[in-house]
Amino acid sequence: MLYQITNKKQLSENVFQMDVVAPLVAQARKAGQFVIVSPDAETGERIPLTIAGADPEKGTIRLIFQRVGKTTALMAEIPEGGTLGYVAGPLGRPTHIETFGTVVCVGGGIGVAPLLPIATAMKEAGNKVISILGARSKELLILEEEFTALSDQIVIVTDDGSYGRKALVTEPLKEICAGAPKPDLAVAIGPTIMMKFCCEVTREYAVPTQVSLNTIMVDGTGMCGGCRVEVGGQTKFVCVDGPEFDGHQVNFDLMMRRMNAFKDLEKRALEQYYKEHKCKIGLDRK
Amino acid sequence: MPTNPEDLNRDEQQACLQQLLDKLAKDRYAIAPQPMPAQDPIKRRRTMTEVALGYTETQARLEALRCLQCANAPCMEGCPVRIRIRDFIAEIARGEYGAALAIIKENSLLPAVCGRVCPQEVQCQERCTVGKKFKDVNMSVSIGRLERYVADLAQGGGQTPAVAPPTGKKVAVVGSGPGGIVVAADTRRAGHDVTLFEAFHKPGGVMIYGIPEFRLPKAIAQQEIDVLKKMGVKIVCNFIVGRTRTIEQLMKEDGFEAVYIGVGAGLPKFMGIEGEHLVGVYSANEYLTRANLMRAYEFGKGSDTPITVSKNVAVVGGGNVAMDAARMAVRLGAENVYLVYRRSEAEMPARVEEVHHAKEEGVIFCTLQNPKRILGNADGHVVGMECLRYELGEPDESGRRRPVAIKGSEFVMDVDTVIVAIGNKANPLIQQTTPGLEFNQWGNIVVDENCRTSLKGVYAGGDIVLGAATVILAMGQGRIAAQAINADLAPPT
Ligand SMILES: Cc1cc2nc3c(=O)[nH]c(=O)nc-3n(C[C@H](O)[C@H](O)[C@H](O)COP(=O)(O)OP(=O)(O)OC[C@H]3O[C@@H](n4cnc5c(N)ncnc54)[C@H](O)[C@@H]3O)c2cc1C
Ligand code: SF4
Ligand code: FES
Repeated sequence: MLYQITNKKQLSENVFQMDVVAPLVAQARKAGQFVIVSPDAETGERIPLTIAGADPEKGTIRLIFQRVGKTTALMAEIPEGGTLGYVAGPLGRPTHIETFGTVVCVGGGIGVAPLLPIATAMKEAGNKVISILGARSKELLILEEEFTALSDQIVIVTDDGSYGRKALVTEPLKEICAGAPKPDLAVAIGPTIMMKFCCEVTREYAVPTQVSLNTIMVDGTGMCGGCRVEVGGQTKFVCVDGPEFDGHQVNFDLMMRRMNAFKDLEKRALEQYYKEHKCKIGLDRK
Repeated sequence: MPTNPEDLNRDEQQACLQQLLDKLAKDRYAIAPQPMPAQDPIKRRRTMTEVALGYTETQARLEALRCLQCANAPCMEGCPVRIRIRDFIAEIARGEYGAALAIIKENSLLPAVCGRVCPQEVQCQERCTVGKKFKDVNMSVSIGRLERYVADLAQGGGQTPAVAPPTGKKVAVVGSGPGGIVVAADTRRAGHDVTLFEAFHKPGGVMIYGIPEFRLPKAIAQQEIDVLKKMGVKIVCNFIVGRTRTIEQLMKEDGFEAVYIGVGAGLPKFMGIEGEHLVGVYSANEYLTRANLMRAYEFGKGSDTPITVSKNVAVVGGGNVAMDAARMAVRLGAENVYLVYRRSEAEMPARVEEVHHAKEEGVIFCTLQNPKRILGNADGHVVGMECLRYELGEPDESGRRRPVAIKGSEFVMDVDTVIVAIGNKANPLIQQTTPGLEFNQWGNIVVDENCRTSLKGVYAGGDIVLGAATVILAMGQGRIAAQAINADLAPPT
């Protein structure tokens, strides 16, 4: 059935992975693209999620998301066999993949998920892939196995030192950029603040850097402008011009503010949801 | 002269009627224009239900009697799809509402929509002899209201158009706005196997996501969609042509022999001034989509899409979109809503009725003013908008007098939300994904007079061709495109 969840896993306390039936998306998607999903076709909010992988044979795409607001909380409640309201995509321009030489792939937190298809495609294109994965602590680290399998070299860091090196991703990134030969390209995906600091490091070493932006979105087709960011002094729409941009051109400070646009409202909605519906929601879905 | 009109030929009948009308003409002028019944302005500030309630039967008959039945029917010339206005009004005057609707339907598939949203005062009603006589377009026969009256009477009971036997040919319609709906209906009627693709999760285009419920109830657009379904048009939502499947794939792999592109406008324009990235600055498209399609006004009570709760809102622009955004902001609970427009009210492109309704609902009109920058606080939230005052100078290419900024006239407007409604650029998605399709310098698809594009089998119409247009123009192009498709798919004779 369309939009059915065929496989669901909890990767960490708040991170979920699901395979969803969407055969046309599975067929069309390329690394770097995303979908707009909603847990409920009538009342649901539309949110963008990067496609973490796809199985065109089975007609499923893999989504990995973190439970942060009401919408993701609702999605986390839908059991295997249940269905999402809808999935629309694939959206955004695919990642530009070519043989660059050495590519450093930096993923932080949930950003590791969208990084996976890109790192895989970079490897397949004959690049040497160095991966840096970061998480707040050991439990929150995801997709380590997958990255170990595909990377020529992998560095793991945690904020609290509970696993790998106790550091922020920028530390090993700096070392790798300073090394010889210096990498030909960096790809950084993670919290906005992480991408910002990664770009500051790579700028210093003149390593071109791609970032993938996950802004607020509504339609995902270039109609609303809710996803706008400033890149190189110009207004760009993440859903049609991106989601990937030259990280050295992105105005991360503006973006961080916009990401918080509905923070208070969303917090209220989530609290209300937990108070009122927590037990009910799981039941009225199959 | 024979007395039984049945014995006359059509021309003689007309002449006879004309004689009668000439006699009545004086009296007809004496009939007062019928006002549109509307919800109380104070009450409607807090409700999403439709503002204009529609004529009663008596009003419709009286208004129809105001029509002079002009021999040359100048009103028709003003109608983009050439509805036989004089004739349908004559039917209303006689109380033959079904016949009136049938006449309208010859040229327009969506009378309930057009009767509500067409800018009649610059189309049919601008040309109306009655308005000309009084030198006041507001005195013209209310053609739109009459159109709405007969369309509403038939709501629900409308019959499903007959479909010709299957031709075995597949037609893809991309985008379910008014243009797409017409193409789907007209090509399906010819017996083709038609699929309507829509990117959003609900079909209807701007009628669903843009134009608010209080001006165009969703149920009306929904009914048209239901008719398409009954006719056997397949409707596929959440399908982004260009991304989910490209036009080339639809034609080469999926067997579609004709594709109509009616994807509408896109990319809302921003002003390019300081502060546009602050939190609390929306494009009207985003604001209205959140409010309409996603029903953000029910946030926390059935809808999960948030919208800023505003106290003081500035809407920048003077078109229908700006009016809709301003009136939506009123309904979402804003205390003060300012409409900021850099020309004077006379130049506003919005329908006069919307301007009038907006004022009644308390929207504060700030004309000859324009933002210079938007001011924010440390958290990046809007706290004000600095504006400049303008005066009107020489006329520009559009014939409208060009607004000129008055030096040193800066002042700050105390607002927490800014909604930008200054138009759209073309949606780039089809251009990005359809090699060989010709676009003009503004990114609009280039078509010939039959709505054929540079690619064989590909047709286009509506806002993606015309830039920002109107429902009726999109519909009109849909009609033309459907005729071209039906002609091109017809077996050679
Ligand atoms: C707020 C607002 C108020 C307006 N008020 C009036 C008014 O009072 N009177 C009037 O005459 N006109 C008005 N207009 C303009 C009018 O609505 C448009 O001119 C008209 O709807 C254009 O029709 P269209 O057929 O081009 O398609 P649209 O109605 O623009 O619909 C296009 C559809 O295509 C879909 N789409 C886009 N890209 C893709 C894709 N790649 N694949 C699949 N689907 C896609 C979109 O989601 C959308 O549903 C208003 C517009 C707005 C926004
Ligand atoms: S121009 Fe006015 S009066 Fe004349 S036919 Fe048309 S609606 Fe009637
Ligand atoms: S999400 Fe609406 S324009 Fe990008």
